[in-house]
Amino acid sequence: MLSFIFKRVMVAIPTLLILIILSFLLMHAAPGGPFTQEKALPPEVLANLNAKYGLDQPLWRQMLSYVWGIVAHFDFGPSFIYKDRTVNEIIAQGFPVTLTYGAIGFVLAVVGGVGLGIAAAVYQNSAADYLAVGIAIGAQVLPNFVLAPILVLVFTLWLGWLPGGGWEGGAWPYVIMPVIALGTSYMASIARIMRSSMLEVLTSNHIRTARAKGLPEYKVIMRHAFKPALVPVLSYLGPAFVAMITGSVVVDMYFSTGGIGKAFVDSALNRDYAVMMGVTLLVGFLTILFNLIVDILYAWIDPKIRY
Amino acid sequence: MILSPIDMTALAARLASLDEVAGRSLWADARARFMRNRAAVGGLIALVLITLFALTGELIAPWSYEEIDWAVMGKAAELGAPAMANGHYFGVDDLGRDMLARTAQGTRISLLVGIIGALISVVVGTLYGAIAGYVGGRTDQIMMRIVDILLAIPFMFVIILLLVMFGRSLFMLFLGIGLLSWLSMARIVRGQTLTLKGREFIEAARASGVPAPIIILRHIIPNLLGIVAVYATLLIPEMIVTESFISFLGLGVQEPLTSLGRLISEGAGTMRYGTIWQLAFPLFFFVATMFAFFFVGDGLRDALDPKDR
Repeated sequence: MLSFIFKRVMVAIPTLLILIILSFLLMHAAPGGPFTQEKALPPEVLANLNAKYGLDQPLWRQMLSYVWGIVAHFDFGPSFIYKDRTVNEIIAQGFPVTLTYGAIGFVLAVVGGVGLGIAAAVYQNSAADYLAVGIAIGAQVLPNFVLAPILVLVFTLWLGWLPGGGWEGGAWPYVIMPVIALGTSYMASIARIMRSSMLEVLTSNHIRTARAKGLPEYKVIMRHAFKPALVPVLSYLGPAFVAMITGSVVVDMYFSTGGIGKAFVDSALNRDYAVMMGVTLLVGFLTILFNLIVDILYAWIDPKIRY
Repeated sequence: MILSPIDMTALAARLASLDEVAGRSLWADARARFMRNRAAVGGLIALVLITLFALTGELIAPWSYEEIDWAVMGKAAELGAPAMANGHYFGVDDLGRDMLARTAQGTRISLLVGIIGALISVVVGTLYGAIAGYVGGRTDQIMMRIVDILLAIPFMFVIILLLVMFGRSLFMLFLGIGLLSWLSMARIVRGQTLTLKGREFIEAARASGVPAPIIILRHIIPNLLGIVAVYATLLIPEMIVTESFISFLGLGVQEPLTSLGRLISEGAGTMRYGTIWQLAFPLFFFVATMFAFFFVGDGLRDALDPKDR
């Protein structure tokens, strides 16, 4: 087990380094420097600015110091647009918000999806089953950026129950719609995966044995079917987590929650490459970390699996 | 049981007079299965209609997608509702441009992105996966490790990065989506190739001295087409969602060109002022396209890959 974890970490680290280097090179390949403006700066000013941000150094040295700053101090450098703020400050401002609604949405998606999937599989062809399948198909055609306007239309404009945007430090009326918009489609996917894997597990031999020895049905499901049925869901959690972070961009844009997605879109519109890189790298880091956790969980749940 | 010789000659005569039964190919079987699936056929018809709309909608509309109707501009909420009289059958957008023409144009871009993205993924992913799977060994390991690493990169962010840095053009959009789309296809194809590789007909080809590239092109890839077709139809809506997502953020195609995601975003921004049609029409076409692709993909999977449930 330990050597397996070690091996996964050894794959994760180069992935991260490649990501950092790739994004750094991309930043440099972009036409126009960070100080390219409509009105050209005097050459002396430009030279001073370049010296201040270290842009007069040779490329490899810049890259080394950028990589080193991230690896050693988790420091993404200064923003190119907001001269008095660092990328770290901008991220630190939005990240807690994203984490709040993202975590709630993720937990709800997993718990709701697994519950719905089990219900659909156990009571196959019942109302619960049709509900689960219906939600799964519905959520597949309604991605978050479609769901968000519909939610606002119904709950804010027509019913007037919930505020249409804002964050207010995470007061619950402001959290509900972001969480629904973010989590629903992943809940549906998880429900679909859980349903089919549960159906498959329920026909296997060890379940028949458990039933034959007279275990009550709920024990059969919770003790014997639950864990093996969870394996395919686990492998979906990595991509789902990433997609939810990506979805936070829509939530931030649409509900003005002020999370990390807003920082990303703003920087994209302002061509603030440093912030864009910072957010991309942070998301990449989280992705790799999360995939690592899922891989380890995977190996723990199903001892047959070793890469 | 012993057959009498008379029976045997009778049988031989009967066999000789019978016409040869036309063989049913895998594809004919699949087509028959697909046609029996009502939802899938409905989805296919819907897709044809949507495509027709995307191609001809601008011809029906008396206005072009970039033309501003000065008579209703600024009064979209009062005068811009869908109406037969002024020629705006779907109403006008916030700037007084015709929604029918814009919706048709946006649908076209969305479909185009989906199809091109899927095409790139089919060509690149199939070749890559088939080569990795067939060659095997260290080559396979390195090739798949590269895929693993690329899959760990948050691609939506990278596409946006590319679009911002190198200008927002359709070409960049296709490039970004193409970069993203072939990875999972390569994985699936490699897995299938591994199971095909041990089969007798591949062995026979190898024994008779067919070089590896020919085996991959002539024997492996044709046998993969079923699963590739299924997966490609599932990829198209995914590509459309990706593009719409980027356009929703205002980072996709540039004005006056538009796409469904952009139209939904604009419609969602103005729905508070009572111009619900600006959201409703693009939303309808988006959801209808998604549904159609979903059912067609599902039907194709049942038709081409009956084992998979």
